[in-house]
Amino acid sequence: MCGIVGLFLKDPKLEPQLGAMLTEMLITMTDRGPDSAGIAIYSGAGQGRAKITVQSANPGVDFKALDGDLHDALGQPVLMLVKDTHAVLEVPLDQMEAARSALSHLRPNVKVMSAGESIEIFKEVGLPRDVAARFGVSTMGGTHGIGHTRMATESAVTTMGAHPFSTGSDQCLVHNGSLSNHNSVRRDLKRAGMTFETENDTEVAAAFISHKLREGSALGDAMGATLTDLDGFFTFVVGTKNGFGVVRDPIACKPAVMAETDQYVAFGSEYRAMVNLPGIETARVWEPEPATVYFWER
Amino acid sequence: MQTFDLSANGLRALNSSLHALKGQTNMTEWEIINPKGAHAIAAGVDAPVDITVRGSTGYYCAGMNKQATIRVKGSAGPGVAENMMSGTVIIDGDASQYAGATGRGGLLVIKGNASSRCGISMKGIDIVVHGSIGHMSCFMAQSGNLVVLGDAGEALGDSLYEARLFVRGSVKSLGADCIEKEMRPEHIALLADLLKRGEADGKASPHEFKRYGSARKLYTFNVDNAAAY
Repeated sequence: MCGIVGLFLKDPKLEPQLGAMLTEMLITMTDRGPDSAGIAIYSGAGQGRAKITVQSANPGVDFKALDGDLHDALGQPVLMLVKDTHAVLEVPLDQMEAARSALSHLRPNVKVMSAGESIEIFKEVGLPRDVAARFGVSTMGGTHGIGHTRMATESAVTTMGAHPFSTGSDQCLVHNGSLSNHNSVRRDLKRAGMTFETENDTEVAAAFISHKLREGSALGDAMGATLTDLDGFFTFVVGTKNGFGVVRDPIACKPAVMAETDQYVAFGSEYRAMVNLPGIETARVWEPEPATVYFWER
Repeated sequence: MQTFDLSANGLRALNSSLHALKGQTNMTEWEIINPKGAHAIAAGVDAPVDITVRGSTGYYCAGMNKQATIRVKGSAGPGVAENMMSGTVIIDGDASQYAGATGRGGLLVIKGNASSRCGISMKGIDIVVHGSIGHMSCFMAQSGNLVVLGDAGEALGDSLYEARLFVRGSVKSLGADCIEKEMRPEHIALLADLLKRGEADGKASPHEFKRYGSARKLYTFNVDNAAAY
């Protein structure tokens, strides 16, 4: 099964509540997938800063003095906010790649969950309520975000196998379904220079879209290409620095409901994820059509 | 009138109360408030009662219904009225995938649109959709009637048996072995009755519809293949 929720805010007044709203939506979807949960939150773009969210199985060791070590390596100020097994490192935007490179030497066991101007990804094995509480997601503000609760089918239940997957700067993707040609697509993408952390099918979909964007495709076109090149069942929800998109395979047996008001665009695997959103009673509620790309950008 | 607050009292309490209604009962009118998209609301009812759900429902609302009239004052999630046996289910809004799937009897009315696989494998149910329906609707439908005032999506009636499909608008494509058929006087009369019972008689005339049915050319219709099963 798996459960997906998403929110793209149009009304800045709601931004301080983004994390709280997404957390409540995701907890409602718990019984669609109890294996692991994750949230991508977008906030703070355009300030000349980059955020690198990292994860460690031994945060007490790996995160100790990491900000100082990175400062020494870059010669630039580094801010670090540790949240349980994750830490968000803030560096000047033009130092993002240098910081990632330094990280791989300074802390080779640390995994990069996401990097970009606005994205932060927190994901772990466990139920949505517990995972969200560990990272304090409900206190986070932002412009848009995506949440996922996983029932694993195609790869092991691990932190790295949890969604969202991020394979490009400020990009992420979550998936309900399973892909059948992910091994061959992964091989092609590896030849094209993409790198992979897992054997997971969803990571291939994320990398497929990141690769298209890197080649210059617009978000809508990159999402549309999944319909011809990826084989299997999918409802994808995609996040970028400015945007939020949805696409379902032509058979469309993986559920999807959307709601739009003047204040937000919301996505849920089921309507019940959205029942407590403000103004839902009068929102336009619809099922996204199969093989049709929807996206919103600010 | 019995009013049941689903958020406060939970699904198990609701459905066990409804399942306890047998034969003649004084509690003939029920109102369910705060459904909030919950699953399996009023599934398995077997009594001549009138149930109104004030809001939208999740999976399998009114599934397996016998005798009851169930109205949803909102939209319905996947599998509404799945395997209905008798009675009436009326959805004021839209219905998600496989509405009325495998239904054996009764009437399902959807006043908005229905999604993919509407009436899949239906076996005697009547379905009236005031809006449009999605792809693969009435796949392997065996008997009963589907009436669509709007349009139908891809592969309508694929591998159809004896169900009758009436569509007023366009059909994106017909599935394997599904063909357009002549509208004879008995079909006009049948459709007039279905439109009336489906609360759609003011919206469309039976003469505006086309009829689709099985060409009976698939291998399943060839007696020489009987030994293969």
